[in-house]
Amino acid sequence: MKRLSLSQAFAFILRRDLLIALRNRSELANPLLFFVLVITLFPLAVGAEPNLLARIAPGIIWVAALLSSMLSLDAMFRSDFEDGTLEQMLLSAHPVPVLVLAKVTAHWLVTGLPLLLISPLLAMMLGLDEGAYGILLLTVLIGTPILSLIGAIGVALTIGLRKGGIILSLLVLPLYVPVLIFAASAVDMASGGLSAMPQISMMLAFLFLSLSLSPWATAAALRMSMS
Amino acid sequence: MSTSALLQTRDLACVKDDRVLFEGLDLDLEPGRILLVEGRNGSGKTSLLRILTGLSLPESGEVLWQGVPIGEAGPEYYEQVTYVGHHDGLKRDLTALENLRLAQAMGKPSDLDLDQVLERVNLYRFGDNFVSTLSAGQKRRLALARLIATEAQVWIMDEPFTSLDKASMALFQELFEQHLQQGGVIVLTSHHDIEMPDQDVLRLDLSA
Repeated sequence: MKRLSLSQAFAFILRRDLLIALRNRSELANPLLFFVLVITLFPLAVGAEPNLLARIAPGIIWVAALLSSMLSLDAMFRSDFEDGTLEQMLLSAHPVPVLVLAKVTAHWLVTGLPLLLISPLLAMMLGLDEGAYGILLLTVLIGTPILSLIGAIGVALTIGLRKGGIILSLLVLPLYVPVLIFAASAVDMASGGLSAMPQISMMLAFLFLSLSLSPWATAAALRMSMS
Repeated sequence: MSTSALLQTRDLACVKDDRVLFEGLDLDLEPGRILLVEGRNGSGKTSLLRILTGLSLPESGEVLWQGVPIGEAGPEYYEQVTYVGHHDGLKRDLTALENLRLAQAMGKPSDLDLDQVLERVNLYRFGDNFVSTLSAGQKRRLALARLIATEAQVWIMDEPFTSLDKASMALFQELFEQHLQQGGVIVLTSHHDIEMPDQDVLRLDLSA
Protein backbone atom coordinates (compact mmCIF):
# COMPACT_ATOMS: atom_id res chain seq x y z
CA MET A 1 0.00 0.00 0.00
CA LYS A 2 1.09 3.55 -0.58
CA ARG A 3 1.89 5.81 2.29
CA LEU A 4 -0.47 8.65 3.13
CA SER A 5 -0.22 11.95 1.33
CA LEU A 6 1.03 14.92 3.28
CA SER A 7 -2.41 16.40 3.86
CA GLN A 8 -3.78 13.01 4.93
CA ALA A 9 -0.97 12.63 7.44
CA PHE A 10 -1.68 16.14 8.74
CA ALA A 11 -5.37 15.35 9.11
CA PHE A 12 -4.57 12.02 10.76
CA ILE A 13 -2.40 13.56 13.48
CA LEU A 14 -4.92 16.36 14.00
CA ARG A 15 -7.76 13.87 14.43
CA ARG A 16 -5.72 11.65 16.71
CA ASP A 17 -4.80 14.51 19.03
CA LEU A 18 -8.37 15.77 19.16
CA LEU A 19 -9.58 12.26 19.95
CA ILE A 20 -7.08 11.93 22.79
CA ALA A 21 -8.07 15.35 24.13
CA LEU A 22 -11.72 14.35 23.97
CA ARG A 23 -10.98 11.24 25.99
CA ASN A 24 -9.30 13.40 28.65
CA ARG A 25 -12.03 15.98 28.92
CA SER A 26 -11.25 16.98 32.49
CA GLU A 27 -7.76 18.18 31.53
CA LEU A 28 -9.30 20.01 28.63
CA ALA A 29 -11.31 22.25 30.93
CA ASN A 30 -8.30 23.41 32.98
CA PRO A 31 -7.03 26.33 30.87
CA LEU A 32 -10.54 27.57 30.23
CA LEU A 33 -11.43 27.39 33.90
CA PHE A 34 -8.28 29.30 34.78
CA PHE A 35 -9.13 31.98 32.22
CA VAL A 36 -12.65 32.41 33.54
CA LEU A 37 -11.58 32.35 37.20
CA VAL A 38 -8.88 34.99 36.85
CA ILE A 39 -11.25 37.34 35.05
CA THR A 40 -14.12 36.84 37.48
CA LEU A 41 -11.81 37.50 40.41
CA PHE A 42 -10.80 40.93 39.16
CA PRO A 43 -14.09 42.76 39.81
CA LEU A 44 -14.13 41.25 43.29
CA ALA A 45 -10.64 42.53 44.02
CA VAL A 46 -10.58 45.98 42.39
CA GLY A 47 -14.23 46.82 43.03
CA ALA A 48 -17.20 46.77 40.72
CA GLU A 49 -16.86 50.31 39.48
CA PRO A 50 -18.05 50.09 35.84
CA ASN A 51 -15.74 52.76 34.42
CA LEU A 52 -12.66 51.31 35.99
CA LEU A 53 -13.46 47.76 34.88
CA ALA A 54 -14.28 48.80 31.34
CA ARG A 55 -10.99 50.70 31.24
CA ILE A 56 -8.82 47.79 32.33
CA ALA A 57 -10.87 45.03 30.62
CA PRO A 58 -8.64 44.63 27.53
CA GLY A 59 -5.56 44.24 29.71
CA ILE A 60 -7.18 41.77 32.09
CA ILE A 61 -8.60 39.61 29.34
CA TRP A 62 -5.34 39.47 27.49
CA VAL A 63 -3.11 38.83 30.50
CA ALA A 64 -5.44 36.01 31.53
CA ALA A 65 -5.46 34.57 27.99
CA LEU A 66 -1.69 34.66 27.89
CA LEU A 67 -1.20 32.96 31.24
CA SER A 68 -3.86 30.37 30.51
CA SER A 69 -2.19 29.55 27.21
CA MET A 70 1.17 29.22 28.94
CA LEU A 71 -0.33 26.90 31.52
CA SER A 72 -1.42 24.43 28.89
CA LEU A 73 1.75 24.54 26.78
CA ASP A 74 3.62 21.72 28.41
CA ALA A 75 0.87 19.24 27.54
CA MET A 76 1.57 19.75 23.84
CA PHE A 77 4.40 17.22 23.64
CA ARG A 78 4.75 15.89 27.19
CA SER A 79 2.76 12.67 26.94
CA ASP A 80 4.14 11.92 23.49
CA PHE A 81 7.63 12.35 24.86
CA GLU A 82 7.00 10.06 27.78
CA ASP A 83 5.37 7.18 25.95
CA GLY A 84 7.78 7.22 23.02
CA THR A 85 5.31 8.27 20.33
CA LEU A 86 7.32 11.44 19.80
CA GLU A 87 10.26 9.25 18.80
CA GLN A 88 8.02 7.49 16.31
CA MET A 89 6.88 10.83 14.94
CA LEU A 90 10.47 11.92 14.33
CA LEU A 91 11.11 8.65 12.50
CA SER A 92 8.10 9.13 10.29
CA ALA A 93 8.44 9.17 6.54
CA HIS A 94 6.56 12.46 6.54
CA PRO A 95 8.24 15.84 7.06
CA VAL A 96 8.26 16.47 10.80
CA PRO A 97 7.35 20.21 10.58
CA VAL A 98 4.03 19.28 8.98
CA LEU A 99 3.25 16.83 11.78
CA VAL A 100 4.29 19.45 14.32
CA LEU A 101 1.94 21.94 12.73
CA ALA A 102 -0.87 19.39 13.01
CA LYS A 103 -0.13 18.96 16.70
CA VAL A 104 -0.03 22.71 17.30
CA THR A 105 -3.31 23.11 15.43
CA ALA A 106 -4.93 20.45 17.59
CA HIS A 107 -3.53 22.11 20.68
CA TRP A 108 -4.96 25.46 19.63
CA LEU A 109 -8.37 23.97 18.86
CA VAL A 110 -8.43 22.47 22.33
CA THR A 111 -7.02 25.36 24.37
CA GLY A 112 -7.26 28.52 22.24
CA LEU A 113 -10.64 28.17 20.62
CA PRO A 114 -12.56 27.86 23.92
CA LEU A 115 -11.00 31.16 25.03
CA LEU A 116 -12.25 32.74 21.84
CA LEU A 117 -15.76 31.44 22.41
CA ILE A 118 -16.00 32.53 26.04
CA SER A 119 -14.32 35.93 25.75
CA PRO A 120 -17.43 37.90 24.59
CA LEU A 121 -19.20 36.76 27.72
CA LEU A 122 -16.32 37.85 29.92
CA ALA A 123 -16.03 41.14 28.05
CA MET A 124 -19.69 41.77 28.75
CA MET A 125 -19.15 40.97 32.39
CA LEU A 126 -16.37 43.53 32.62
CA GLY A 127 -18.50 46.09 30.81
CA LEU A 128 -16.20 46.49 27.83
CA ASP A 129 -17.44 49.02 25.29
CA GLU A 130 -19.74 47.20 22.88
CA GLY A 131 -17.97 48.63 19.86
CA ALA A 132 -14.82 46.79 20.89
CA TYR A 133 -16.27 43.26 20.94
CA GLY A 134 -15.45 42.61 17.31
CA ILE A 135 -11.85 43.72 17.71
CA LEU A 136 -11.48 41.73 20.94
CA LEU A 137 -12.61 38.58 19.19
CA LEU A 138 -10.33 39.33 16.28
CA THR A 139 -7.29 39.78 18.54
CA VAL A 140 -8.04 36.53 20.37
CA LEU A 141 -8.55 34.77 17.05
CA ILE A 142 -5.22 36.01 15.70
CA GLY A 143 -3.33 36.11 18.98
CA THR A 144 -3.92 32.69 20.54
CA PRO A 145 -2.53 30.74 17.55
CA ILE A 146 0.61 32.89 17.79
CA LEU A 147 0.92 31.93 21.46
CA SER A 148 0.57 28.23 20.61
CA LEU A 149 3.09 28.44 17.78
CA ILE A 150 5.72 30.32 19.80
CA GLY A 151 5.06 28.13 22.81
CA ALA A 152 5.67 24.98 20.75
CA ILE A 153 9.28 26.03 20.18
CA GLY A 154 9.78 26.59 23.91
CA VAL A 155 8.20 23.26 24.83
CA ALA A 156 10.28 21.42 22.26
CA LEU A 157 13.45 22.96 23.67
CA THR A 158 12.65 22.10 27.29
CA ILE A 159 10.91 18.75 26.90
CA GLY A 160 14.02 16.78 27.76
CA LEU A 161 14.46 18.59 31.09
CA ARG A 162 12.74 17.03 34.04
CA LYS A 163 11.72 20.35 35.55
CA GLY A 164 11.39 22.48 32.46
CA GLY A 165 8.46 24.53 33.73
CA ILE A 166 10.27 27.63 34.93
CA ILE A 167 12.72 27.72 32.06
CA LEU A 168 9.81 27.35 29.67
CA SER A 169 8.07 30.41 31.12
CA LEU A 170 11.26 32.46 31.07
CA LEU A 171 11.93 31.40 27.50
CA VAL A 172 8.48 32.01 26.14
CA LEU A 173 7.23 35.01 28.08
CA PRO A 174 9.46 37.65 26.43
CA LEU A 175 8.26 36.42 23.04
CA TYR A 176 4.66 36.68 24.21
CA VAL A 177 4.99 40.30 25.27
CA PRO A 178 4.64 41.86 21.78
CA VAL A 179 1.42 39.93 21.24
CA LEU A 180 0.12 41.17 24.58
CA ILE A 181 1.02 44.78 23.83
CA PHE A 182 -0.51 44.92 20.38
CA ALA A 183 -3.60 42.92 21.29
CA ALA A 184 -4.45 44.91 24.40
CA SER A 185 -3.78 48.18 22.65
CA ALA A 186 -5.99 47.17 19.71
CA VAL A 187 -8.92 46.51 22.04
CA ASP A 188 -8.15 49.75 23.90
CA MET A 189 -8.25 51.73 20.67
CA ALA A 190 -11.48 50.11 19.58
CA SER A 191 -13.19 50.82 22.88
CA GLY A 192 -12.13 54.46 22.51
CA GLY A 193 -13.78 54.52 19.10
CA LEU A 194 -10.49 54.67 17.18
CA SER A 195 -9.24 52.44 14.39
CA ALA A 196 -7.33 49.35 15.55
CA MET A 197 -6.14 48.41 12.09
CA PRO A 198 -2.42 49.14 12.64
CA GLN A 199 -2.31 46.79 15.65
CA ILE A 200 -4.34 44.15 13.86
CA SER A 201 -2.02 44.31 10.88
CA MET A 202 0.99 43.90 13.13
CA MET A 203 -0.63 40.89 14.78
CA LEU A 204 -1.39 39.35 11.42
CA ALA A 205 2.24 39.83 10.49
CA PHE A 206 3.27 38.06 13.73
CA LEU A 207 0.87 35.25 12.95
CA PHE A 208 2.21 34.62 9.47
CA LEU A 209 5.78 34.92 10.63
CA SER A 210 5.29 32.38 13.42
CA LEU A 211 3.20 30.14 11.17
CA SER A 212 5.99 29.94 8.64
CA LEU A 213 8.92 29.66 11.04
CA SER A 214 7.71 27.92 14.17
CA PRO A 215 7.03 24.40 12.78
CA TRP A 216 10.59 24.19 11.45
CA ALA A 217 12.14 25.58 14.61
CA THR A 218 10.01 23.24 16.72
CA ALA A 219 10.94 20.20 14.65
CA ALA A 220 14.64 21.07 14.93
CA ALA A 221 14.31 21.63 18.68
CA LEU A 222 12.54 18.30 19.11
CA ARG A 223 15.33 16.50 17.27
CA MET A 224 17.83 18.19 19.53
CA SER A 225 15.91 17.29 22.68
CA MET A 226 15.54 13.67 21.62
CA SER A 227 19.16 12.98 20.71
CA MET B 1 33.18 -1.92 -0.15
CA SER B 2 30.29 -4.13 -0.98
CA THR B 3 27.54 -2.37 -2.86
CA SER B 4 24.88 -4.96 -2.10
CA ALA B 5 24.72 -3.88 1.54
CA LEU B 6 21.50 -2.10 2.48
CA LEU B 7 22.69 -0.50 5.66
CA GLN B 8 26.30 0.41 6.31
CA THR B 9 28.23 2.37 8.85
CA ARG B 10 31.55 3.99 8.09
CA ASP B 11 34.04 4.82 10.83
CA LEU B 12 31.23 5.41 13.31
CA ALA B 13 32.14 6.82 16.71
CA CYS B 14 30.00 7.69 19.69
CA VAL B 15 31.09 9.74 22.69
CA LYS B 16 28.94 10.26 25.74
CA ASP B 17 29.96 12.36 28.74
CA ASP B 18 33.58 12.43 27.52
CA ARG B 19 33.65 8.64 27.36
CA VAL B 20 34.26 6.91 24.05
CA LEU B 21 31.59 4.22 23.71
CA PHE B 22 32.80 2.95 20.37
CA GLU B 23 34.85 4.22 17.48
CA GLY B 24 35.91 3.14 14.02
CA LEU B 25 32.80 1.01 13.64
CA ASP B 26 32.34 -0.35 10.10
CA LEU B 27 29.28 -2.50 9.54
CA ASP B 28 27.85 -3.91 6.34
CA LEU B 29 24.38 -5.36 6.54
CA GLU B 30 23.31 -7.18 3.41
CA PRO B 31 19.70 -8.25 2.87
CA GLY B 32 18.92 -11.24 5.07
CA ARG B 33 21.37 -10.30 7.81
CA ILE B 34 20.60 -9.92 11.47
CA LEU B 35 22.91 -7.98 13.75
CA LEU B 36 22.83 -8.76 17.43
CA VAL B 37 24.43 -5.99 19.46
CA GLU B 38 25.75 -7.20 22.78
CA GLY B 39 27.56 -5.59 25.65
CA ARG B 40 27.42 -4.49 29.27
CA ASN B 41 24.89 -1.96 30.51
CA GLY B 42 26.00 1.45 29.38
CA SER B 43 28.28 0.12 26.67
CA GLY B 44 26.42 2.08 23.99
CA LYS B 45 23.98 -0.46 22.58
CA THR B 46 21.02 1.89 22.64
CA SER B 47 23.19 4.75 21.42
CA LEU B 48 24.24 2.71 18.41
CA LEU B 49 20.64 1.82 17.63
CA ARG B 50 19.54 5.44 17.90
CA ILE B 51 22.37 6.51 15.63
CA LEU B 52 21.30 3.91 13.08
CA THR B 53 17.76 5.31 13.12
CA GLY B 54 19.04 8.87 12.82
CA LEU B 55 17.50 9.93 16.14
CA SER B 56 20.96 10.69 17.48
CA LEU B 57 23.96 11.92 15.58
CA PRO B 58 27.30 10.12 15.80
CA GLU B 59 30.39 11.95 17.04
CA SER B 60 31.99 11.14 13.71
CA GLY B 61 31.44 8.82 10.78
CA GLU B 62 28.21 8.16 8.93
CA VAL B 63 25.38 5.72 8.41
CA LEU B 64 24.66 4.83 4.79
CA TRP B 65 21.38 3.59 3.36
CA GLN B 66 22.04 1.93 -0.02
CA GLY B 67 25.22 3.96 -0.22
CA VAL B 68 23.62 7.31 0.62
CA PRO B 69 24.06 9.00 4.03
CA ILE B 70 20.75 8.69 5.88
CA GLY B 71 20.53 12.44 6.42
CA GLU B 72 20.37 12.88 2.66
CA ALA B 73 18.16 9.86 2.00
CA GLY B 74 15.56 11.32 4.39
CA PRO B 75 12.02 10.02 3.80
CA GLU B 76 13.27 7.24 1.53
CA TYR B 77 15.16 5.83 4.48
CA TYR B 78 12.51 6.49 7.11
CA GLU B 79 9.92 4.76 5.01
CA GLN B 80 12.09 1.65 5.24
CA VAL B 81 12.81 1.69 8.96
CA THR B 82 10.68 0.51 11.83
CA TYR B 83 12.11 1.20 15.26
CA VAL B 84 10.86 -0.32 18.48
CA GLY B 85 12.71 1.32 21.33
CA HIS B 86 12.72 1.07 25.11
CA HIS B 87 9.35 2.77 25.17
CA ASP B 88 6.55 0.96 23.45
CA GLY B 89 5.55 4.13 21.61
CA LEU B 90 1.85 3.48 22.20
CA LYS B 91 -0.78 6.00 23.25
CA ARG B 92 -2.59 4.88 26.38
CA ASP B 93 -5.80 6.63 25.44
CA LEU B 94 -6.10 4.97 22.05
CA THR B 95 -7.19 1.43 21.34
CA ALA B 96 -4.84 -1.22 19.99
CA LEU B 97 -6.26 -0.80 16.49
CA GLU B 98 -6.03 2.98 16.61
CA ASN B 99 -2.40 2.71 17.62
CA LEU B 100 -1.60 0.44 14.71
CA ARG B 101 -3.42 2.77 12.34
CA LEU B 102 -1.24 5.58 13.64
CA ALA B 103 1.88 3.52 12.97
CA GLN B 104 0.66 2.87 9.44
CA ALA B 105 -0.09 6.53 8.87
CA MET B 106 3.46 7.46 9.86
CA GLY B 107 5.14 4.94 7.57
CA LYS B 108 4.34 2.73 4.64
CA PRO B 109 1.38 0.45 5.40
CA SER B 110 1.82 -3.24 4.62
CA ASP B 111 -0.77 -5.20 2.69
CA LEU B 112 -1.83 -7.10 5.78
CA ASP B 113 -5.22 -6.29 7.18
CA LEU B 114 -4.92 -4.90 10.72
CA ASP B 115 -7.05 -7.72 12.10
CA GLN B 116 -4.58 -10.15 10.57
CA VAL B 117 -1.73 -8.23 12.15
CA LEU B 118 -3.34 -8.51 15.57
CA GLU B 119 -3.96 -12.20 15.00
CA ARG B 120 -0.30 -12.77 14.17
CA VAL B 121 0.77 -11.35 17.51
CA ASN B 122 -2.02 -13.10 19.42
CA LEU B 123 -3.94 -9.94 20.24
CA TYR B 124 -6.93 -10.66 18.06
CA ARG B 125 -9.56 -10.07 20.71
CA PHE B 126 -7.88 -6.91 21.98
CA GLY B 127 -8.32 -4.66 18.96
CA ASP B 128 -10.82 -2.38 20.66
CA ASN B 129 -9.15 -2.42 24.07
CA PHE B 130 -7.49 0.73 25.28
CA VAL B 131 -3.75 0.32 25.59
CA SER B 132 -4.00 1.40 29.23
CA THR B 133 -5.85 -1.84 29.95
CA LEU B 134 -3.25 -4.12 28.36
CA SER B 135 -0.56 -5.96 30.31
CA ALA B 136 3.13 -5.15 29.85
CA GLY B 137 3.67 -8.18 27.63
CA GLN B 138 0.63 -7.37 25.54
CA LYS B 139 1.83 -3.81 25.07
CA ARG B 140 5.21 -5.11 23.97
CA ARG B 141 3.54 -7.41 21.45
CA LEU B 142 1.45 -4.53 20.16
CA ALA B 143 4.56 -2.38 19.82
CA LEU B 144 6.26 -5.17 17.89
CA ALA B 145 3.14 -5.56 15.73
CA ARG B 146 4.20 -2.27 14.14
CA LEU B 147 6.91 -4.29 12.40
CA ILE B 148 4.37 -6.16 10.30
CA ALA B 149 1.77 -3.41 10.11
CA THR B 150 4.25 -1.39 8.10
CA GLU B 151 6.38 -2.47 5.20
CA ALA B 152 9.90 -1.60 6.24
CA GLN B 153 13.05 -3.40 5.19
CA VAL B 154 15.01 -2.47 8.26
CA TRP B 155 13.83 -3.48 11.71
CA ILE B 156 15.68 -1.89 14.59
CA MET B 157 14.75 -3.09 18.06
CA ASP B 158 15.96 -2.28 21.52
CA GLU B 159 15.43 -5.25 23.83
CA PRO B 160 12.37 -6.48 21.95
CA PHE B 161 11.84 -9.46 24.23
CA THR B 162 11.41 -7.54 27.48
CA SER B 163 8.35 -8.85 29.36
CA LEU B 164 7.55 -11.42 26.68
CA ASP B 165 6.85 -15.03 27.60
CA LYS B 166 8.60 -17.97 25.90
CA ALA B 167 5.80 -18.59 23.42
CA SER B 168 5.76 -14.97 22.29
CA MET B 169 9.55 -14.94 21.97
CA ALA B 170 9.36 -17.95 19.68
CA LEU B 171 6.59 -16.25 17.72
CA PHE B 172 8.65 -13.16 17.06
CA GLN B 173 11.78 -15.12 16.18
CA GLU B 174 9.67 -16.82 13.56
CA LEU B 175 8.62 -13.42 12.24
CA PHE B 176 12.25 -12.31 12.23
CA GLU B 177 13.25 -15.33 10.16
CA GLN B 178 10.49 -14.63 7.66
CA HIS B 179 11.61 -11.03 7.41
CA LEU B 180 15.19 -12.09 6.77
CA GLN B 181 14.09 -14.55 4.08
CA GLN B 182 12.28 -11.71 2.35
CA GLY B 183 15.53 -9.78 2.21
CA GLY B 184 15.07 -7.62 5.26
CA VAL B 185 17.70 -6.45 7.71
CA ILE B 186 17.36 -6.66 11.49
CA VAL B 187 19.41 -4.91 14.15
CA LEU B 188 18.62 -5.64 17.77
CA THR B 189 19.97 -5.65 21.27
CA SER B 190 18.89 -8.44 23.54
CA HIS B 191 19.88 -10.07 26.77
CA HIS B 192 18.10 -13.17 25.58
CA ASP B 193 19.92 -15.32 23.10
CA ILE B 194 18.25 -15.71 19.75
CA GLU B 195 17.90 -19.11 18.16
CA MET B 196 18.76 -18.73 14.54
CA PRO B 197 21.15 -20.28 12.04
CA ASP B 198 24.57 -18.95 12.99
CA GLN B 199 25.64 -17.97 9.49
CA ASP B 200 22.95 -15.28 9.39
CA VAL B 201 23.67 -13.80 12.78
CA LEU B 202 26.28 -11.10 13.00
CA ARG B 203 27.39 -10.46 16.56
CA LEU B 204 28.84 -7.22 17.76
CA ASP B 205 30.15 -6.99 21.29
CA LEU B 206 30.50 -3.39 22.37
CA SER B 207 32.18 -4.11 25.70
CA ALA B 208 35.12 -5.78 24.01
